[in-house]
Amino acid sequence: MIDRRRFIAAGASGLLLGGCDRLNNSPGFRGVLRSAEKLTMAGQRLISPRNALAREYGEADLSPIFRSNGTAMPGTPDYARHLAEHFANWRLTVDGLVARPLSIPIQTLRALPHRTQITRHDCVEGWSAIGKWHGVQLSRILDHAGLSTRARYIVFHCADRFGDKPYYESLDLVDAFHPQTILAWGMNGHLLPVPNGAPLRLRVERQLGYKHAKYVQRIQAVDSLVHVFGGKGGYWEDNVDYEWYAGI
Amino acid sequence: MDDAGVIAEVQEAEPPTPPTRRIAYRHRLPTRLWHWINALTVFVMLMSGLMIFNAHPHLYWGKYGANFDHPWLTFHGRPIPGWATIPSTYNLAAARRWHLAFAWLLVVGLIVFLIASFLNRHAQRDLAPNGEEIRPRHIWQDIVEHARLHFPRGDAALHYNILQKLSYMTVIFVLLPLMLLTGLTMSPTMDAAWPWLLDLFQGRQSARSIHFICAMLLLAFIIVHLVMVVLAGPINEVRSMITGRFRVPPE
Repeated sequence: MIDRRRFIAAGASGLLLGGCDRLNNSPGFRGVLRSAEKLTMAGQRLISPRNALAREYGEADLSPIFRSNGTAMPGTPDYARHLAEHFANWRLTVDGLVARPLSIPIQTLRALPHRTQITRHDCVEGWSAIGKWHGVQLSRILDHAGLSTRARYIVFHCADRFGDKPYYESLDLVDAFHPQTILAWGMNGHLLPVPNGAPLRLRVERQLGYKHAKYVQRIQAVDSLVHVFGGKGGYWEDNVDYEWYAGI
Repeated sequence: MDDAGVIAEVQEAEPPTPPTRRIAYRHRLPTRLWHWINALTVFVMLMSGLMIFNAHPHLYWGKYGANFDHPWLTFHGRPIPGWATIPSTYNLAAARRWHLAFAWLLVVGLIVFLIASFLNRHAQRDLAPNGEEIRPRHIWQDIVEHARLHFPRGDAALHYNILQKLSYMTVIFVLLPLMLLTGLTMSPTMDAAWPWLLDLFQGRQSARSIHFICAMLLLAFIIVHLVMVVLAGPINEVRSMITGRFRVPPE
């Protein structure tokens, strides 16, 4: 009797769980789940004023220790050389669908008018840390390069690698031109530390942490993400199926 | 055996209804529909939510909270076992897709149910306690009756008792709205669109903690709810939630 009961209980939970795992592996069902991402994005964009600002905090709210995540030290010889040179020869390339491709020395970026913002960094895993960021608005760079009317997305190419794959991320123009979207070269009153993306990282304050590309070397304007690496708009999107829209 | 099978068998086994047996229409369609959508949705939300919790099983109060800060609840490793999570092996990306897709079902269901329940007066007539019921003496009496496993019979079985009313109202008007609002507070875009969310819950990490606490309270409700269904007569109870019809226990 007990054996039978246990058999039925195990069978029932096995069916439920096995069913969920099977659904999870079915391309059709994953397609349904994926459509919710579009619904969420459409819903959030509908109720968000285009330039609604993420909350900016005071000095008293800063996290005592701002932890890093993902890459803490890009292990490439190229990056090691830049680090040894204190990033003196680091340049930001701006290309793709722009009228004037640029190659901007990091010193020039640091000398441009900058924005300082104390904001909360929310990781997809659930934790939050508050930090102070100093950087140039991305919109300023894009305006300077002269974005083509065909451009729909901005792709951020990074110096760090996961295995042999380069990290990259992308934004659409709504977030790329948001006033708080900056290319940050400083944090908490100092130049960026290596674990937080030295010498240049993206801050896109209305999205989760994995969108905030670190070690940025190149930004590319494109009309579609399909032909960029795996085609889903980012390293995590391509490799573990994180959402491209990380507003929630 | 599926539920329809259970009912078919019971109905076949029943002798012709004797005159003392009374079948009453107890649950209307919106209530039944919402109940079964939720039975599925809440199950998925809890299990995918527990997988998300596994990604960072530490809870904090306040605006920020990460590994170097002080959690009020913390676990080592990935504390939630595979049988309680969706999917059953660690996968934050998939759990988020399940959670954020079924959240729509939960939210839309809640809103439609609330509108329907005020329009068909389910909320005012069946859920709202009357003045007599909320007197401490009455509530205490009902607690004693529950503890003795004395369940109402006759006409009394057609109405929610005060403990049911209070627990259903807590779930519908407190826990589910709190789940929804604290869930939204964890969204950085929502915090920009609706900054009052951060003020309401005193920060994103506080909202995350409240989200978890409310989820555990919902789980406790579900366990008690299922135990009560079993004790009160599972076939009659489940049937009434499928067809709406309830066999009234004689006085």
